[in-house]
Amino acid sequence: MIAAAGGTAQAVSVEGWQERGFQRGRLHEVYAGDVEDVGAAAGFVVAQALAAGATPLLWLRLDRGATVAGRLHATGLAELGLAPDQLLLVTVADPGALLRAAGDAARCPGIGTLLLESWGPMPALDLTATRRLVLAAEASGVTVLSLRLDAAPVPSAAATRWQVSAWPSVPLEADAPGLPAFSVECLRRRGGPAGARTQVEWNRETRSFRVPGPAPAPLAGAGIPLVAGGAAAGDPAAPVRARR
Amino acid sequence: MPAERLRATRPHLFVRGDEARTHPPIAFIETAGNATRLAALDRSAVEAGLRPGLTLADARARVPELEVFPHDPGADLDWLERLADGCSRYSPTVSPLPPDALLLDIAGCTHAFEGERFLAADVERRLMRRGVLVRHAFGDVPEIAHALARYAGAPAPDERGAVKRLPVAALGLDAEDVAALQAAGLKTVGEVMARPLSGIAARFGEDAATAVRRLAGEAQAPVRARAVADPIRVERRFAEPVARTEHALRVIAELVGEAAALLERRHEGGRRWQVRLFRSDGVVQALRVETGQPTRDPQLLGRLFAERIDALADPLDPGFGYDLIRLEVALAERLDAHQLKLEGGGNARAGAGGGQVGELVDRLSTRLGRGRVRRFAARDSHIPEQAELMLPAAAPPLASPAAWPEAEPGEPPLRPIYLFDPPEPVDQVIAEVPDGPPARFRWRRTLHEVARAEGPERIAGEWWRRHDTPVPTRDYYRVEDHRGRRLWIFRHGLFGEVEAPRWYVHGLFA
Repeated sequence: MIAAAGGTAQAVSVEGWQERGFQRGRLHEVYAGDVEDVGAAAGFVVAQALAAGATPLLWLRLDRGATVAGRLHATGLAELGLAPDQLLLVTVADPGALLRAAGDAARCPGIGTLLLESWGPMPALDLTATRRLVLAAEASGVTVLSLRLDAAPVPSAAATRWQVSAWPSVPLEADAPGLPAFSVECLRRRGGPAGARTQVEWNRETRSFRVPGPAPAPLAGAGIPLVAGGAAAGDPAAPVRARR
Repeated sequence: MPAERLRATRPHLFVRGDEARTHPPIAFIETAGNATRLAALDRSAVEAGLRPGLTLADARARVPELEVFPHDPGADLDWLERLADGCSRYSPTVSPLPPDALLLDIAGCTHAFEGERFLAADVERRLMRRGVLVRHAFGDVPEIAHALARYAGAPAPDERGAVKRLPVAALGLDAEDVAALQAAGLKTVGEVMARPLSGIAARFGEDAATAVRRLAGEAQAPVRARAVADPIRVERRFAEPVARTEHALRVIAELVGEAAALLERRHEGGRRWQVRLFRSDGVVQALRVETGQPTRDPQLLGRLFAERIDALADPLDPGFGYDLIRLEVALAERLDAHQLKLEGGGNARAGAGGGQVGELVDRLSTRLGRGRVRRFAARDSHIPEQAELMLPAAAPPLASPAAWPEAEPGEPPLRPIYLFDPPEPVDQVIAEVPDGPPARFRWRRTLHEVARAEGPERIAGEWWRRHDTPVPTRDYYRVEDHRGRRLWIFRHGLFGEVEAPRWYVHGLFA
């Protein structure tokens, strides 16, 4: 998606992070940066599963999630690229049932991604429990993405740990919010360096992340860089929003 | 018959401003060779002088207002089967005689209706309510009843006399043979019966002779009753009560094996299974298990029953022991035999991981409850919170689901991924212009400065539904705050429509 000039270095880092970061058949943890970043973190996790092509997706969540974050909206998820028939929703009442269902789902090779949504500190999701999930995931090839919302990072057996927060999108015409953008930080990576922080934008059509590009200047001389840091200064223009 | 089926199953075809009596004649057509011919007609078409076999062009020329539908014998047969199902209230032996007759063996079934006349009246009344015109007749043997009902002849003092007055067509022979009989001067069944049977057999074949003998009540064709499958029920009685749960589970596994063998013979698999454990002190405990796909796999069912027992609020208490364990298959569906993996064929259910997901769905549904394992289906509504359904994943999919909206390429998502139900109110909303997006609002004790916004997307209430109070219009905005959080917020009501419209957050975008 990132073509030729200037953007290559950034593109490589995005791709490499995809390759080395979110391997299939592993457990990855994604923490929401803040309780307000719930939507961003969940969207990022779904996008990640789609980028890896690991569907169908089984979304396992607690009843509490529905009261705090609202219920899942398949239409919106479809607009991220997740076809509704690839989505299975399981809600459980308590953390014990959550872990048990997660164990069953992680052992089922027919599932591409198990999305484990949990809220707040989850003492049940400790080293032992996550290690069990890791073993199940490695045996079956299911990618387990543990979405930790409103929680502080705790030790676990996950292969990688990420922190995701919302990032201002590249606006469309008339200053409308653009494609979903995320700020992603790798907090920990088993057997590798961590600490990289990137800003990415999700492209539904290509099922890939890319560095957010600036919108094409609507008028000559109005090309003010819109993304802080100017990471994508050399990128080609993002597609203009087609108004039909 | 087809016209009545159509009237009952697709009534919208017959909705007219005036009443249905003035509906134009109906014909059903089929194409044989290059000619489109009438295959079936309704009463008014027959009264208009049309006959089956006429070409459509001729029929149109005679009756220009003729309304035409494709002939569908399969659907007619299906409809007849449904009527037969309905008639099983009168007699256990109901056999459909395609294309348009039902035969009820009412021997010994009339006491509930105080006689056969009342029974027949009840049949007629019940079918009339469904718009079916019925002609009934009684007979000693099925053929007589059938012939009398189909070719109601002149009134006669008794059954024998009535049969004798039937036209020769009532013998049910080929059109050629009927024509030959008529050419020979034999107009009624009685005249044919008067002839020596050997002559009939020599001229028209053995079948004709048999038909005559049947109408004479001398021979009887066996009634082909519809096969009604017994529910599958296997049980084990114990001389000595079983007091341990493990033993009971082992017995359940054996029973499942027996039931599976029975199901296999029928090419069926069970979808709903129930075990009833009869305790020796009279308490009966029931365990129910449901699967998304029909199955007869004893191992899978063993696991499901174990899950079920684990999920019980009170553990299974054998008390003094069970003296009877019964397994019932409450719902069975067609499941053909599939080749074993060893012999080269993949397990049909496990193909491409679909079966594994199905098994997982069954297990989780059994343990957590059906309502907790769900998938999404679109619903035809523009109200966001009503536009989709969450259905149990173990239930069969909807027959005609609505289509999901297609996303435009390059567009950002226009609907959130999390939807608040109910929407959460926001306060301290400051908007630059009353009709515009908010510039700042407070939601969950946090102040959000809106950096970008798009809208409004105006979603009006469903005005065609009756509401006691008018439903305000919602103006939706996609907003992004200065830190990049994307929210879906709406103003409940237009200015002028409601006094002081409130703002709500309805969802979170990625």
